[in-house]
Amino acid sequence: MKKFLALLGARNKEYVRDRGSMAWGLLFPFLIIFGFSFAFSGKNQDVFKVAVHRPAEAHTQSPTSDFLKTQYIRFFDTDNLDAAVAKLRRHQIDMLVTLEPSPKYWINSSSPKGYILEKIITGQKTSHGDPFSKEIVEGREIRYVDWLMAGLLSMNIMFSSLFGVGYVIVRYRKSGVLRRIKATPVSAFEFLAAQVVSRFLLILATSAIVLAGCHLFVDFQMFGSYLNLFIVLSVGALCLISMALVVASRVASEEFAGGILNILTWPMMLFSGVWFSLEGTNPVLQKVAQLFPLTHMVDASRAIMTEGAGLAEIGGHLTVLAALAVVFMAASSILFRWE
Amino acid sequence: MTKAHIEANHLEKAYGKIKAVDGVSFGVQRGQCFGLLGPNGAGKTTTIEMMEGIIPPSSGEVLFCGEPLSKESQHKIGVQFQNTSLQDFLTVRECLDLFSNLYRHTRSKAELIDLCSLEDFLDRDNRKLSGGQRQRLLLALALINDPELVFLDEPTTGLDPQARRNLWTLVEKIKSEGKSIILTTHYMEEAYALCDEIAIMDKGKIIAQGAPKELLKLYFEGQYIEVPESDLQGKKPEIFNHPFHRKGENIEFHVPDVKLALAELITQDISLNHMSVRSASLEDLFLHLTGKDLRE
Repeated sequence: MKKFLALLGARNKEYVRDRGSMAWGLLFPFLIIFGFSFAFSGKNQDVFKVAVHRPAEAHTQSPTSDFLKTQYIRFFDTDNLDAAVAKLRRHQIDMLVTLEPSPKYWINSSSPKGYILEKIITGQKTSHGDPFSKEIVEGREIRYVDWLMAGLLSMNIMFSSLFGVGYVIVRYRKSGVLRRIKATPVSAFEFLAAQVVSRFLLILATSAIVLAGCHLFVDFQMFGSYLNLFIVLSVGALCLISMALVVASRVASEEFAGGILNILTWPMMLFSGVWFSLEGTNPVLQKVAQLFPLTHMVDASRAIMTEGAGLAEIGGHLTVLAALAVVFMAASSILFRWE
Repeated sequence: MTKAHIEANHLEKAYGKIKAVDGVSFGVQRGQCFGLLGPNGAGKTTTIEMMEGIIPPSSGEVLFCGEPLSKESQHKIGVQFQNTSLQDFLTVRECLDLFSNLYRHTRSKAELIDLCSLEDFLDRDNRKLSGGQRQRLLLALALINDPELVFLDEPTTGLDPQARRNLWTLVEKIKSEGKSIILTTHYMEEAYALCDEIAIMDKGKIIAQGAPKELLKLYFEGQYIEVPESDLQGKKPEIFNHPFHRKGENIEFHVPDVKLALAELITQDISLNHMSVRSASLEDLFLHLTGKDLRE
């Protein structure tokens, strides 16, 4: 334990004193968040979106309404009332309407589009002559930055894990630091464990700082529990650090390691749903993306942050991340060479 | 003969078809300073790295206190590598703290700082040390576990003459503490000054082994007399009937008896104003054994 703590302390000091890379690790997510919050600060010009709830078993005598024929409004059907209400709370839709069993509409009290739609629906009746009743829901709009936040946190962790552990161990190998440690009674496990834990703690600390900073300046929304987010980010970080250990297990050239790390990080950065939703993209791409640890990390943390998902709902993602972490750790312990 | 503190038995290390070390065997007694000499690429570093347990031999074995090497033996061994880095951003003091925590038994840091004269730069980043300071720190790290056996791989390469002398004094101190030392060098005067026994390596093999003085006695008798060729006043060196070779603009004669040889030179009316006399050195021995200069 003494050996482990000594190595852990040394690595932490090295990281904290390397001002350049630490500043970059902290500044990078802030810059992106500020950039996007500025870029998308204009009002969304989309058409009005109205969800129409139809019971699963509709029959021919179901009422209709002229309201549903209004131009420049995009109507789409849904059979899940709760999900539609949740979307309305987050401003992902502007109004929810149902005609059965009794005509009713829901709007969000803080949505300007909902206010306009209400002006249109007011006074309208169904084909059976029934007026619409009204229900108000509360909830703030989910902006792009709110949606982006989970992806960005995860992506920052990915870079920090892969380059912070993978690249550093390769550098140690090349410069002879590993050889020097090998000449002591330290085992490979003790050495690697210190590197993993050091990076893990630093990732949690920087993520907390980034979250706090963004909360202060961008005021992003958080619907779920911070504990659940912490669990997802922790398991994800361990998975990605273990992946870095596999890369670093034998490579002795910094250039080669840099190449491998770029090959791993770029596809994940682009196709794990950090910047845009994969819904509607090529199905093959969606399947491939399921192999990336970052996809599971982003999906799980985004579900917590924007939908308030609990552990049960993201259990699948957590299981994949944990399983990958175990596979990577086992592979790196078999493959690792000091030289 | 008592059991060797550490011994190499028929060590071989091959990289593809190239044999870096080719059947090396020797033993080092407790408290002895053993030197491995040879030019760059002779296989010295590969040999001691196999003995340190850093690289596995292709064949052969290393026995430390009669047992094969293990992680446990690392507690009793100190290693100073030829080329090594320490973790960036750590001060000298922090490097000492880090390494002292890696061993069960350690030497007092104050004592080590004093022994290796580290006090003037204790709080300096290890990357900002001079060559001599760096070697002293690396030596301190090699001694931090108070080892029985210390490996020093070319400890003075790249140092200026004064820093080299300081390091020799330090190695003498370590020797006086009764520790066994294995050092590699391509400086013959260093081996002569520090080692009780030497092995000369060339092309992965040991070509001569023994105490420096005995080796010289075995291969050389007599002295060397060096005179500028211009002082021979046109006479050919062959007329003196002694083996000789040219060293730049000088001629060096190998003579069995200095007194007789000088009398001969005086008889031939040769000026002795620029003459020098010296004993055979390990450099001469290496030249004799391999037909090439050590630093070639």
